[in-house]
Amino acid sequence: MRTDPSGRRTVPAARRRPVVLAAFVLLLLAALVASVCVGARAIAPADVWRALAGADGGGEAYLIVHDVRGPRTLLAVCVGAALGVAGTLVQTLTRNPLAEPGLLGVTSGAGFAINVGGLLGLAGGQVGQLALASLGAALTAVLVYTLGSAEPLRLVLTGVALSAVLSGISLGLRLTLPDVFDRYRFWSIGSLAGHEHAPLALPAATIVLALVGAVLVTRPLNALVLGDEAARSLGGNVVRTRVAVLVLVTVLAGAATAVAGPIAFLGLMVPHLARRPAGGSIPWLMAYTMVLGPVLLLASDVVARVLLPTGEVPVAVVTAFAGAPALIWAVRRRGRVAA
Amino acid sequence: MSRPAAAPPVLTRSVVLRMGSWSFRAGRRTLVVSGALLVAAMGVGLLGLCLGGGSWTAPGEVLAALAGQGDSVVVVREWRLPRVVAGLVFGAALGLSGAVFQSLTRNPLGSPDVVGLDAGAYTGALVAITVLGGGAATLAGSSVVGGLLAAAAVYVLSLGSRLSGLRLIVVGIAVNAMLTALNSWIVLRADLDVAIAATGWSSGSLNGLDWDEIAVPIAVIAALALLPAALSPAMRQTALGDEQAVASGVRLNPLRLLLVLAGVGCTATVTAAAGPIMFIALAAPQIGRLLAGTAGVALAPAALVGAVLLSAADVVAQVLLAPVALPVGVVTTVIGGCYLITLLAGKARAGGRSAA
Repeated sequence: MRTDPSGRRTVPAARRRPVVLAAFVLLLLAALVASVCVGARAIAPADVWRALAGADGGGEAYLIVHDVRGPRTLLAVCVGAALGVAGTLVQTLTRNPLAEPGLLGVTSGAGFAINVGGLLGLAGGQVGQLALASLGAALTAVLVYTLGSAEPLRLVLTGVALSAVLSGISLGLRLTLPDVFDRYRFWSIGSLAGHEHAPLALPAATIVLALVGAVLVTRPLNALVLGDEAARSLGGNVVRTRVAVLVLVTVLAGAATAVAGPIAFLGLMVPHLARRPAGGSIPWLMAYTMVLGPVLLLASDVVARVLLPTGEVPVAVVTAFAGAPALIWAVRRRGRVAA
Repeated sequence: MSRPAAAPPVLTRSVVLRMGSWSFRAGRRTLVVSGALLVAAMGVGLLGLCLGGGSWTAPGEVLAALAGQGDSVVVVREWRLPRVVAGLVFGAALGLSGAVFQSLTRNPLGSPDVVGLDAGAYTGALVAITVLGGGAATLAGSSVVGGLLAAAAVYVLSLGSRLSGLRLIVVGIAVNAMLTALNSWIVLRADLDVAIAATGWSSGSLNGLDWDEIAVPIAVIAALALLPAALSPAMRQTALGDEQAVASGVRLNPLRLLLVLAGVGCTATVTAAAGPIMFIALAAPQIGRLLAGTAGVALAPAALVGAVLLSAADVVAQVLLAPVALPVGVVTTVIGGCYLITLLAGKARAGGRSAA
């Protein structure tokens, strides 16, 4: 999306941004269509339309769209938006382009808390799972920050180390309890499959509320980016903004992890793609992120289905494969990292 | 190069053995520590022989069985001994490989498991099993190739204005994540029996190893370990700095190439036999260095600490959740992650610069 530096008349940023947003929304529509049509049994978009309109009630296409792909697509939209926005919030708050809920161990912490809860018989209901996941995410985030906030790369390393420890313990717990293992087998790799029949209302509502919160926090956050002094002189409450952002991040990452399992790298990629067109405006960055997060997760999920038509590649495998280059690129771009 | 913030080198009296043109020189403390570690490794090995599979056999009976007497001969010699030997030898190989890489990169975090070598070797092994379908030689060969490719990729990607320690690690983490994703996909695509076999192996496990499976890897590791041992005087010169090493007649490039081959070979052999076992190669050289009080990374203590760590971790993996035997890689990951966090926390407290 770079403008031509060779003297061509560039469109002013203010007018370009809505155009970019419209383009992203079109991408999202394409991804939604693909997510409903592509799979072990391809369905033509016309049939999907008929199924959604309820014209062939009870037909095969109707069943697939209504019972499997529709819910899965909605889930991907929620989780993608949640992870993307969580990544943007963390990166903006810490001024660290490598910060990401997955890399910081926040998603592992959420997963660990759910596993421990399952062991103690606490993770029965969805409310319990959400609460546990958010708590685990919050504790991990605090721990990683206190140990590694000195510099960006160290933060990542601390997060990865803590993730390794927590996932190891989680795996140990799962191996001892076959029923817990069975319940978390697919969940533990980060997948959108097998969640089609879980009630989505509560996690989706939680995520939507947190996204509204993220929109509300953009203005104070925009002031905070200029520095604490500037934010104070603009009348912002710095501490309150920080706490609000951290709470939002843990709720978003926790809820996304509770429904889809740990999916890393998505929150890293999305802000990097959105940053250039946003041109330093946090509200626009947030808007782009909310659209691009679902686009990336839907696209990864479609790729996951194509890669293994007979079964399912967990979507986290695809996001890791696509997101790791983004991490390398980000590290290299930082160039003169304090060694 | 800034020296890592560690205990200052202790001036020890050295012990020198001479045989014709050969001489062997070692600090007295290194010798004592190595002896103690050897005893510890034997002790842990004996514990492993007594403990196999969640049932306890008295040490006296185990020793008798080793000598070929009593009722437990088959259990001890055929079932438990291969696993214990594998734990000791593989642990030593990982420690040695870690020491070689850490002295090459001059970075306490520059170990093969961190920079994606294990994951690459595992990818090579999986490709050998699912695509090439060859025998043990193909498996070992493609593990080594996979490990080398992964290491080369990490090295090239982390080259920059200046090869900072942490950048190498983060690039390693990214490459690791990609390879792990690729490995999951290969396993998921494979036939069910391959997938089940590979799953236990994917986190590194010594479960169910028998003599047939470990004889060749042990021989390969023994042969490869001779290289760093023979090159250790040159490595010691290189630790003083490249210019000094060249001035004292060390040819740097051939030395580095041989060391990389030995290090990758050791790691890849272990990975092909037992799967990717993380963190032993990272922690063992540093622990060995602290114990022996050497300025640089010392090979013998690193290998011995590796042997103690892996066999101890395997004992823990067997008894912790008995009767379920955990993959040993899970235990090493948890221990190693804690070690890494302590390392980082210590650095943060020192407020100093990161590992250089």
